[in-house]
Amino acid sequence: MSEGTKKFLYVNRKAPYGTIYALESLEVVLIGAAFEQDVQLLFLDDGVFQIVKDQDTKGIENKNFSPTYSALGDYEVTKMYVSKESLEERGLTVDDLMPLTYEDEDDDWAEKDSIILVSKDEIAALMEEQDVVLSF
Amino acid sequence: MLHTVNKSPFEKNSLVSCLEHAAEGSAILLIEDGVYGALNGSAVADKVKGAMGKTTIYALGPDLDARGIAGKVIDGIKVVDYAGFVDLACENDKVQAWL
Repeated sequence: MSEGTKKFLYVNRKAPYGTIYALESLEVVLIGAAFEQDVQLLFLDDGVFQIVKDQDTKGIENKNFSPTYSALGDYEVTKMYVSKESLEERGLTVDDLMPLTYEDEDDDWAEKDSIILVSKDEIAALMEEQDVVLSF
Repeated sequence: MLHTVNKSPFEKNSLVSCLEHAAEGSAILLIEDGVYGALNGSAVADKVKGAMGKTTIYALGPDLDARGIAGKVIDGIKVVDYAGFVDLACENDKVQAWL
């Protein structure tokens, strides 16, 4: 990472369609990535619903923005932290989430998982190590 | 009467309060983020199951589909479309919306 690069954590705590927070967060994530910042996402509480697979919004006539999360790897957003406890509370497992991956340029472009399951303590430490935390 | 719940049960107590205050024979319809209350295996699933029988619980199909959870709904919850929503509103004399 070059000089002037900061560690950004986007904290996503809202379900995807009931409010505009999830979509707005995604827009800002893409902007941050375009400015070559060190961007990381955290999905916590109802935020874990943002990356549930098989979303189909035809019936509610909303834009389905969930495929965008799969494209973030191409913008060098390669760390998507997901709260273990939040998944469990909602009856979900990592298998209910979209497979989010990136190609590692330092490892012959091998495809790797972007999703990292984290505990409450790990989330506390993750927040502390950031330069900037953006909350949605 | 018909009760509608449109908030996530993990963010607000609307669903739990609704379940506690709905009289026997009521219809409870989960819409928008309220459909997360229909998730099998969640922290509120037992409360929802406990209310079934006394009340009839419905969930709006298009909202389940949008959120990718149509295949993970508690057995016994009736999935309805928008026409079914209209039918419930017409069949019941009153509507209480748990916002």
